[in-house]
Amino acid sequence: MGLSYRRFEKVSAATSFLTEEAGACVVGGGTLLVRRVNEGDAAVTTYVRVCDPEMKRIDEADGRIRLGALVTMAQLLGHPGLQWLAPAARIVGGPAIRSAATVGGNLFAASPYGDFGVALLALGAVVTVHGAVGVEEWPLAEFFARRDSLPAGLIVTSVAFTRPEAGTFRFVKASRVKPKGAAIVSIAAVIARDAGRVGAARIAFGAMAGTPIRASSFERALIGEQLITATLDRLEPHVTEGTTPPSDAIASAWYRQAVLPVHLRRLLLPEIDG
Amino acid sequence: MAKIPLHFILNGEERAEFVDSGATLLRLLRDKTGDLTAKSGCLQGTCGTCTVLVDGAPRLSCITLAEDCDGADVETVAGLAAHGQLHPLQHAVMEHFAAQCGFCTPGMLMAAKALFLTNPRPSREDVVEALSGNICRCTGYEPIIQAVLSAAQVMSASGPGAA
Repeated sequence: MGLSYRRFEKVSAATSFLTEEAGACVVGGGTLLVRRVNEGDAAVTTYVRVCDPEMKRIDEADGRIRLGALVTMAQLLGHPGLQWLAPAARIVGGPAIRSAATVGGNLFAASPYGDFGVALLALGAVVTVHGAVGVEEWPLAEFFARRDSLPAGLIVTSVAFTRPEAGTFRFVKASRVKPKGAAIVSIAAVIARDAGRVGAARIAFGAMAGTPIRASSFERALIGEQLITATLDRLEPHVTEGTTPPSDAIASAWYRQAVLPVHLRRLLLPEIDG
Repeated sequence: MAKIPLHFILNGEERAEFVDSGATLLRLLRDKTGDLTAKSGCLQGTCGTCTVLVDGAPRLSCITLAEDCDGADVETVAGLAAHGQLHPLQHAVMEHFAAQCGFCTPGMLMAAKALFLTNPRPSREDVVEALSGNICRCTGYEPIIQAVLSAAQVMSASGPGAA
């Protein structure tokens, strides 16, 4: 059976079609799905293009930022209000990839890819999904936990998060190839200070498990601490807790766990270790 | 397999072609229009040799769906030279020995052209970033970077609109 392409103006119509057609898949920028088809994956029979303009919009109201699922990395980089997020958008491929790659698509990228999803996880993002049962909002961590067994017809339409206080968002990606390459590890962090100590921390790792994960143990241990070298020395055993990194052509699992604390330290203490 | 009619602009000329539904822009260009300048490399969106401009933005034609380009303005290396004159980028590639096997060259040229559209006076760092999605296994990149910087200088000296 050959390939086909279907265009839908409404998300609900696309959801119905996806539920009925087993080989139908939503296409965003094509960086994952068209690549799969080019590699010979015959399970994909129909590209589903959703043309809802809401899915290409970037909105902000009352400190809450909403990114449509079809917003591209290039769009993010060109948005004057989102320059603080540029470090996470700029490392997604070269300019031609960024012209196509979407926010929603990045959430489906297998490890060690999907670095923008790492940033969204640290930002505490919520994913809006349209499915057969209607519209739901899932915390991003829940989305990642369910990603490999999503119900048929589900479409990610947007992600939303609260704008972090200026200067609290940090992101780094370590790769072997300069200037661009797949991640050995990527790390995103939102650290809020309270009277010189860590008041709140959300830290996410990419390429340290099958999907982006939160550094839950380390986050808990960091609360109330001063962000100094001695603290990170003492808390280092927490850093790799819960990580199950892959061994692939980029790095072994052992190597990823060995260098994760180094890159985390450089991110959190740039004035000392950067 | 359904044949889909598409209308688009290719290097300034209106075109109408039928494509197989689900075909890529690369197949449309190579199989239907006869423009073979966009190369079929990795087909994974990794090597960059299929880079073309779609509505002024760099796109990897191997992972871009043809049906998404209905009504679009598509530019390939075949449209760079005008009136029998090489584009400054092409001239610079020749002068700086920036092509060896030449397979990556069309993608490099289009990635550089995309850069000039938004940044006519790029720094070396800007050029490296602009070419970061294009792989060359021959040159070691340095001659390509020098060629793009040189072309930018020539085009800036020629005045606005030279891109």
